[in-house]
Amino acid sequence: MPKRTDIHKVLVIGSGPIIIGQACEFDYSGTQAIKALREEGVQVVLLNSNPATVMTDPEFADRTYIEPITVDVAEQIIDRERPDALLPTMGGQTALNLAKALAEQGILEKYGVRLIGASLNAINKAEDRQLFKAAMQKVGIPLPRSGYAHTLQEAKVVVRDIGFPAIIRPSFTLGGTGGGVAFNSDEFETICLQGLKASPVQTLLIEESVLGWKEYELEVVRDVADNVIVICSIENFDPMGVHTGDSITVAPAQTLTDKEYQRLRQAALAIIREIGVDTGGSNIQFGVNPADGRMVVIEMNPRVSRSSALASKATGYPIAKIAAKLALGYRLDELQNDITRDTPASFEPTLDYVVVKVPRFNFEKFPSANRTLTTTMRSVGEVMAIGRTFKEAYMKALRSMETNPLTFAPPELPSDPAERAEALREGVRVPRAERPAMLFQAFREGMTVEEAHSLSRIDPWFLRQLKDLVQEAATVAAVGGLPRLDDALLRHCKADGLSDRSLAQLLGSTEGDARAHRWERRIRPVYNRVDTCAAEFEAYTPYLYSSYDEEDEAPPTERPKVLILGSGPIRIGQGIEFDYACVHAAFALRAAGYETVMVNCNPETVSTDYDTSDRLYFEPLTLEDVVEIAAREKPMGAIVQFGGQTPLRLSVPLERAGLRILGTSPDAIDRAEDRERFSHLIEKLGLRQPENGVARSAEEAFRTAERIGYPVMVRPSYVLGGRAMEVVYDATSLERYMREAVAASPGHPVLIDRFLKDAIEVDLDLVADSTGDVLVGGVLEHIEEAGVHSGDAACTLPPHSLSPELVERMKDWAVALARELGVVGLMNVQYAIQGKSLYVLEVNPRASRTVPFISKATGVPLAKLAALCMVGKTLAELDPPRELELKHVCVKESVFPFARFSNVDVILGPEMKSTGEVMGLARDFPTAFAKTQAAAGVKLPTSGTVFISVKDDDKPAVVDLAKRLRALGFSLCATAGTHRYLTGKGIPNEEVRKVKEGRPHVVDKIVDGKVALVVNTTFGKQDIADSFSIRRESLMQGVPYYTTVQAARMGVGALEALARGRLPVLALQDYLKG
Amino acid sequence: MRGATLALADGMVFEGRSFGAPGERVGEVVFNTSMFGYQEILTDPSYVGQIVTMAAPEMGNVGTNALDQESARPHAVGMVVRSLSETPSNWRAEQSLDGYLQAAGVVGIAGLDTRRLVRHLRTHGAQMGVVSSEGHSAAALVERAQKAPGMEGRDLVSGISASAPYEFSEGMPEIFGTERPPLGRRFDVVAYDFGLKRAMLQLLVEAGCRVTVVPATTPAVEVLARKPHGVFLTNGPGDPAAVPGAEAAVSALLGRVPVFGICLGHQILARAVGGRTYKMKFGHRGANQPVKDLLTGRVEITAQNHGFAVDPDSLKGRAVVTHLNLNDGTVEGLDVPDGRAFSVQYHPESSPGPHDARHLFARFTRAMAR
Repeated sequence: MPKRTDIHKVLVIGSGPIIIGQACEFDYSGTQAIKALREEGVQVVLLNSNPATVMTDPEFADRTYIEPITVDVAEQIIDRERPDALLPTMGGQTALNLAKALAEQGILEKYGVRLIGASLNAINKAEDRQLFKAAMQKVGIPLPRSGYAHTLQEAKVVVRDIGFPAIIRPSFTLGGTGGGVAFNSDEFETICLQGLKASPVQTLLIEESVLGWKEYELEVVRDVADNVIVICSIENFDPMGVHTGDSITVAPAQTLTDKEYQRLRQAALAIIREIGVDTGGSNIQFGVNPADGRMVVIEMNPRVSRSSALASKATGYPIAKIAAKLALGYRLDELQNDITRDTPASFEPTLDYVVVKVPRFNFEKFPSANRTLTTTMRSVGEVMAIGRTFKEAYMKALRSMETNPLTFAPPELPSDPAERAEALREGVRVPRAERPAMLFQAFREGMTVEEAHSLSRIDPWFLRQLKDLVQEAATVAAVGGLPRLDDALLRHCKADGLSDRSLAQLLGSTEGDARAHRWERRIRPVYNRVDTCAAEFEAYTPYLYSSYDEEDEAPPTERPKVLILGSGPIRIGQGIEFDYACVHAAFALRAAGYETVMVNCNPETVSTDYDTSDRLYFEPLTLEDVVEIAAREKPMGAIVQFGGQTPLRLSVPLERAGLRILGTSPDAIDRAEDRERFSHLIEKLGLRQPENGVARSAEEAFRTAERIGYPVMVRPSYVLGGRAMEVVYDATSLERYMREAVAASPGHPVLIDRFLKDAIEVDLDLVADSTGDVLVGGVLEHIEEAGVHSGDAACTLPPHSLSPELVERMKDWAVALARELGVVGLMNVQYAIQGKSLYVLEVNPRASRTVPFISKATGVPLAKLAALCMVGKTLAELDPPRELELKHVCVKESVFPFARFSNVDVILGPEMKSTGEVMGLARDFPTAFAKTQAAAGVKLPTSGTVFISVKDDDKPAVVDLAKRLRALGFSLCATAGTHRYLTGKGIPNEEVRKVKEGRPHVVDKIVDGKVALVVNTTFGKQDIADSFSIRRESLMQGVPYYTTVQAARMGVGALEALARGRLPVLALQDYLKG
Repeated sequence: MRGATLALADGMVFEGRSFGAPGERVGEVVFNTSMFGYQEILTDPSYVGQIVTMAAPEMGNVGTNALDQESARPHAVGMVVRSLSETPSNWRAEQSLDGYLQAAGVVGIAGLDTRRLVRHLRTHGAQMGVVSSEGHSAAALVERAQKAPGMEGRDLVSGISASAPYEFSEGMPEIFGTERPPLGRRFDVVAYDFGLKRAMLQLLVEAGCRVTVVPATTPAVEVLARKPHGVFLTNGPGDPAAVPGAEAAVSALLGRVPVFGICLGHQILARAVGGRTYKMKFGHRGANQPVKDLLTGRVEITAQNHGFAVDPDSLKGRAVVTHLNLNDGTVEGLDVPDGRAFSVQYHPESSPGPHDARHLFARFTRAMAR
């Protein structure tokens, strides 16, 4: 069946901002899909609110709408663009939900738009629990036994069938409130009663517990002719009970006989057929009882997913690309396997290696949250590693994490033997981010595989591998020194994935010596190809991984080449923006005729797509792994400044190892990062920075703080994303901070800056070339005041309140800084403006988080220009547009994962907490800001009561806002101080109690749905603590809240914009035309 | 830990660790790319006289058990793996792979670069080799491999075929406790045993057949005397041209009863209508081979295990090619319209492998019902 002839224009929906559970894997799949569709001559219209994606680059789709992903916006786009079809399967749950709403509201029918990839019926059958259950019963696939109950009596009847343990899930409560696991009838009654109370519809779902069962996923693809293939099987290392996104996973499945695997495969085929996904990919999850092989289906996603991105990277089979082509009507056997070229896409990849994925967590940013992993996903990123064996892949994955304690360094444990044993048992039993380290330690201290299995329910096969690794480490340690390590053992250890660094630790040596010894013994890795076919056919794609096997399959070419180091696992503070920059470097350098060699270990990204670069090394970003690659590829140089801190911290050791660092020198980077050298730089140029000092002890800190004056901003040196950064208001707090900071990292100084109260913060990004020519890409004014991390602050381009003279001064300073540092490539400067004074807060001579946003706003591809400058091109040659006069304005807003972390305050501070960003473009700021709110999922109200409680400094400013809210028809309520102030200004408002003043108080009102919007600003620790529950409850109830008066002002402007009518949409290409 | 050596006739030598039985075995070195089902592969009689290399690296993970046997014992003489699990983990595991091979006298070698070996075989072709744990010099082993007779023209079937007819009546084992309707018994089928896998017979039984297995050398008259509704030609090892009497017997059956052949049975059917078979460079051994049904256009993912194939140009209209391998265009299925016979090169019974083609057993019963 050839391609359909009735589809000329397709609307693709992206997944919006990066949030936990929906990260850059959808940029990867969407980018692939758009490329695949355009290859077929189909015009692509894209809707995605996330400016940090590669897919939203103006040259990717024919028409790009960086607009909120809402029904209203989508309808306007459909009306303007008149696509023939909508492809809803590339943008995660967000896209699927939007497509469902558009279909159900008759909008698709109205405009004659067909859903391709997955029909409404298929989406409903997969997503609706009842329909899914019925569908599974029809094809005879068991689900966990379950039943609904409306009373305790009914519940008791249901549980008779199910047995204990049973899971009780009250219907329609947020985050599983009121539910739980019951192990006996007493517990069952208690939980049911509390659940019935919590459920607004008095309904409980009582479900068989499959906790501790083995968990598997199959990635399945089907074409219009009903050909179905399984791309990959994935086995979860962590058994059922931990979200698959939070589990360590392994591909292919390792502990199944063929009979068991084929049963899963048959079930998967039956499921995709019955659900009716007729062209595209699906992910199906199964639970298997390890005791008797009983199988249940857990769920099905009728779309590409995080797991399908992983499966694509694990096998070399590009699921999203193939799915997009299938949606156009191709059959699998009409499409080619890119990697083997001569064989068709209608086959099942087979692996002669093992793939391990390990999730990356950011719990340290949410210290009050419960760290036990559950069925709610909370990891923010992941790494993948490929090895010839499980051991090798597992060890490579752990070192890719950049969190060393996961390997052989012992975790912190009590010294008392009994307590220690108990802590170890708990560490093995309870799934937490640090369990891999606990497992190693437990085996080191003699725990048996049987005990570890009975505690953790992790399959003994995996545990045996870990125990073997521990024994191997002990063997190495017993050798007693690097020179005595024989070649056979060394080779064996390397083949099992032990890093030079681990070996050095075990042998009391250094990583450098371990490497030198290994090189001298000529024990070096070889590189194998990911070829989809276990070597049955020749592979043409240089998608490579290292091993310590015998044959190297991919000798480097003689072409001039550039090594690009990626950014590793996504984490808060080092997000998709850095992958975007690396991908742009690859694109630009490839177009300029260089061979591009990418190194990265993050399976979610565009950078690890095998056709982004000429050669892809799917390898850990550690010194050892990069040095080996550099030694064989012999690139003309490496780009380390685009991937964030991960590659940046390798720059000095890499340079020492003889690799040329392209662009800005590591020394210049150090000059900007090192506190003292930076101060000298500022002094030399006659610029200004906030008064500051360094303290190594509490006494020193007090002296410095006294000199500077409270409040002060404190932070440990050498941190990322504002980690552990705090505003400290008094000596008592400083004393506590110093105690904790010094305990956390003894020997490392604490940096103390004057906190610039009520200052405006600004980001500036520029590109400089080797002649000293500088292009200022853009100037972003933050909406929140200084003190809120720049990654969390909303901001505008161009600045919304700064004078042209000030902006010019900032540009001048930036140019001076770039020239003095000898920057070649990208540089970011952060400024603060307090009154009339301009301060330099930070200079980052590297890619910054704001680069993609500015490039989207202006159409100037800063990262590409920078990459070209780094290989010697000049701005004069490249001739980018300068001094653009934009007729539009852009606002960036951040999105936060607070709802997933119980008991965490939503207030913004110097430590970055956001996972992603959205962009709003419009002709005016209020409209652009309103778009960002809609895009970030903030549902701004059109009527109701606004609650206002602001610190004294903000009270004058809030008067105007209160008046405007009244004019929009809102009523107001306020806590005592604000109430008196507003009343004094003649603004009618109702007084409500603070929480500590007794009930009913403001939180009661929020819970009751009586508050439509919250404006709450605070000053000082006590104030913040007192109002915690206001903000937390607003978040949980979905009530929009603003915690700074600046954001509130923008919010009120947005309400006014909304009152003027629906938000207009325009394609990015139209904005950029001016 | 005892060392072991694998030497190929072309001089390539690999060193590894010994597992399974100690000793020395000569055989054709082939590779299989299945990720699951090593026990079924080892016990598939098609591997008689072969040393099988598993491309997937982790082997032995699920041990072995009585129900995953495709025949009474392993038929491969040697096994080559990258990484061997000493302790199996599976609810059905009864024995470790190591212990199982030791008991069965199969010589194993582990810890070598199996990908390199597979790439070598892919480039230079499957060839004779020796696996040894006896410490002989590599040169001596290479010489032994060079002197060993190849697969072409060797009768490997006679040694493993049933020695006398017997009834087969068991269905697929119910390992997961799923309830199934009782089996019907509507068709009498005679199955020529060229080296059969149990799953084929089990699926015939499931499809409603009473199966009588007969030796490979049974003349057609004896088969016809049993008045079967159909005749089934099983898989088996080696060169179809070397199976004594099989071509003549099948030729005499064509047109008299419906015939269904699998793998070696398919090749014998092709030869029975005058077709030619040839030795492939390295064959097809795995569970992911795409096969297109030219009639329906459907693609099935199939399990395969063969080193010989049917030359389509030799058929001259006496049989129609119905299925093609999408990877390399080789013949995967035949129809002999005048002879009421059909056959497939791949393994619809899978085991191990996908179940996509199991419907062919129903096609056979439909042919018999006509």
